Parts: sequence; structure tokens; C-alpha cells
Amino acid sequence: MNGTRAENSVISTRGLGRRFGGRVAVSDVTLALEEGDCLALFGPNGAGKTTLLRMLAGVLRPTSGTGMVSGIELPGGAELRAAVGYISHASMLYAALTARENIELTARLFGVRDPRAAARRALERMEIVDRAETPVRQLSRGMQQRVSIARATVHDPRVVLLDEPFTGLDDSGSAALGAHLAALRAAGTTMVLVTHQIAEGLALATHAAIMREGSLVRLEAGETIDPATYIAIYREHVTYGA
Amino acid sequence: MAPSTLSAALLIARKDLAIEFRTRTAFFSAAVFALLGIVIFFFAWDPTAVSSIDLAPGVLWGIFTFSGLLGLQRSFGLEQADRAIDALLGAPISRESIYLGKAIANLVFVAAVQIIAIPAVQLFYGVPLLEHAAVIALIALMSAIGLVAVGTLFSAMAVNTKLAEMLLPVLSLPFFVPIVIPAAQATARLLAGRPASESVGWLKLLLAFDIVFVVACMLAFPYTIEE
Repeated sequence: MNGTRAENSVISTRGLGRRFGGRVAVSDVTLALEEGDCLALFGPNGAGKTTLLRMLAGVLRPTSGTGMVSGIELPGGAELRAAVGYISHASMLYAALTARENIELTARLFGVRDPRAAARRALERMEIVDRAETPVRQLSRGMQQRVSIARATVHDPRVVLLDEPFTGLDDSGSAALGAHLAALRAAGTTMVLVTHQIAEGLALATHAAIMREGSLVRLEAGETIDPATYIAIYREHVTYGA
Repeated sequence: MAPSTLSAALLIARKDLAIEFRTRTAFFSAAVFALLGIVIFFFAWDPTAVSSIDLAPGVLWGIFTFSGLLGLQRSFGLEQADRAIDALLGAPISRESIYLGKAIANLVFVAAVQIIAIPAVQLFYGVPLLEHAAVIALIALMSAIGLVAVGTLFSAMAVNTKLAEMLLPVLSLPFFVPIVIPAAQATARLLAGRPASESVGWLKLLLAFDIVFVVACMLAFPYTIEE
């Protein structure tokens, strides 16, 4: 997670920032992630986590600093967006369409060859083939989240950005989601995971970071971090501003 | 390879129309609104004071703008639910294709409402609209293009505000005036049996506004969705 790794990085930023008018949402974020890395990003509401993800996804233009995602300089364009899968706590699905139609639409928009077959493979990966023709509005929150992940990964992105994907899931849903994300990471996908659930986040992470008031206030390799210790560290940073 | 602007626009339009076909909420609302408007104007009308040929064009194109707003309101509203717009913005397609796709779907929606409203105006006001079906269809198409060009842009702008339902008409209606005036004037001349050459000038004006609105709105659209 330093400058020397940036050359091999799938994601790298240097002093990345974003202002909305006079308000600084993200300030001076520098990080580097290689293939298969997963950064768990923690922080209170309004810390700038979502804004950072949206910049990395190529949907929001940085106002300062530089960054590269999958070899393309931010804010990138269509080429950068094609390399990224973006999953948020909102399903980003159309309730009136079926699970298959939602995924197939995304596959077509990403120019995937044989979108129908790709949608079926994505549904199989998420073990929801039997619900393929069910309108999304009739699916449970957990099922919708699986469809959402299938939608976001139908084009086999090199980078997956996740914004509080565990929100609203029950324990079994969270466990299933965690397993699917671990499989993605094992397949070499680079991930940035924004979550309030420290244990789930650290279980997946190769790196962990805490964000507060737009800045990264702590950043480290995370595979060896004990969740209980990290929760204490997190509280210290967020509550007392250490 | 990501789809071209037109291909992506057609995918988005087809998706919007599929959703509307399944839910039918906006279409029925707009169609019922149009019919009720025509009926209310009919009962408020004093045929001894104003002839039907003078009144009908104003009623037709006035109702057309207001009922069209119902569809335009829905256009980006359905993207806001569950933040589906983020999935579109994250796709490797041009911003213009999102605008164009939405506009095509809105055009079909508005045209479908017109298919109901035009015969209804003929039925209530006894004006020979369907006898001039080809020209009326041309006027309807040209007005619909101008209306959806402006309305789609303002729908995208208004949807992120707390006052979206109020803001869309307030923003859009002033821009609908240059569309309604030539449409109503051309229709009035047609119904009055005037020579077609008298309507050509109004149709040229309508075409000019269509071109300006489509080009300007498509260029402005990417900035409206930029945060």
C-alpha cells in the first residue's frame, strides 16, 4: 500500500480528492492495490467512502490528485467503466424486470458476447438460476443482493467496488455474500469493500483502512488483524479522532 | 465491445417500454388525464361563443403537453428507485445514449397517448382531425419530438430534487410554448380548410425548435447528471 507498489497496481491513487462546491468530501487519498487485493474501508457516515468509490468507478470526476484503475487514468471513460463492477446497498435493479432481464440488460450494455449465456453463467455463480424468471420485486432482500452481484459481475470485471453490500442482509445472507466475495477475490478480482461490519470486512480483506472526514486516517495490511483489536482501533479513531 | 450510442439508446428505450408495458401505471394515468381534460373542456365550452374549429386545436395541444408531463415525470423516476441510474452511469456507454434512450421511450409513450387523445377530440368537438390524419400525425410527431427533447432533460434535472413533481412542470412548460403555438396554429389552419401552404411556415418553425431542442438538450444532458 505504498508508492513502490503503484507500478503493478490495479488500483492506485495519489492525493485523490473531491470537493462539492466548498465542501471537501474526499481529501488526499493515496493507496495502491494489486490483483487479488481486497481493501476493507471503514468509517462513519459522511466520511467520504462512497464518494471515493464513485471516483474509482469512473462515475465521479476527482477535483484533485490522480488515480489509475486497471491501467486507465481517472476519471477515465467508457474503457474504465468496462473494467469495473459496482455494487451498492441499493440493488440498482429494475423491480418490474426479472432477474435474468436485469442481468442481460447489463451484459448488453457492457457489450458482452452472447449476453444471454453470460447472464445464465452469472445466475449460476450466484446459485439463483431457479429464480431467473422471477420479477425482482418478488425477491427477498438477500436474493435481490445476489442478483445485484450477478449483474455487477456479468462482464467479469477486473475490479469490483462494493458499497455496504451487507446492509439489510440477515446472517445467512451475509455469510453467503461473504463466500461469494471470497470466491471473486480468489479468482484475482481486486476489490474495495466499504462496510460498517468490521468482522465481515476483515474476513475478506488483504488490507484495511479507516476513513474520517474525507481522509484515510489509517491504512495497513489487514490479513493478520484481529477483528476485536481492530474494532477498538476503529472506535478510537472515529470517536476520539486519534 | 461496448454498444454504439444508438444501440445503447435502443436497449435503454426497450427496457423503459418493457417496464411501462408491465406496470402500465403512467400510461393509464396519462390517457385518463387526457380524456378527462378533453371532457372538462367540452362541458366548459359554449359553442355559441367559440366555434369548435377555433377551440379544438388549443384543447388538443394543451392537453397533450400536460398529459405528456405525466410520462416525463416517470422517465427518470424509475431510475431513482433502487438507484438503477448508477448502473447505467457505470456502464461503458455514452451519457448521450442514456438521454437518447429515455427520449425514444418517452416519444413512444407520448405518441401512444396522442393516439387516444386525437380521436377523442374529434368525437367531442366534431372536428375533422382524422380526415387530415397524415398531416395531423406529422404535427403530432414533430410536437412530440420537441416536447420529449426538453422534458427528458428537465426530468433528469428535477428527479434529484425534493420538489421533482413541481419542478418539472415549472421548468418545462415555458419551453413547451414554442412547440404548442406552431402545432395549434398549423392544426387550426388545417381544420379551417385553409391552403396547406399557410401551415408550412408553422411546421418549419416547429421543425426548427425540434432541431434546436434535440441538439441543445443532448449536449446539456451529460452535465445534468454530473454530480
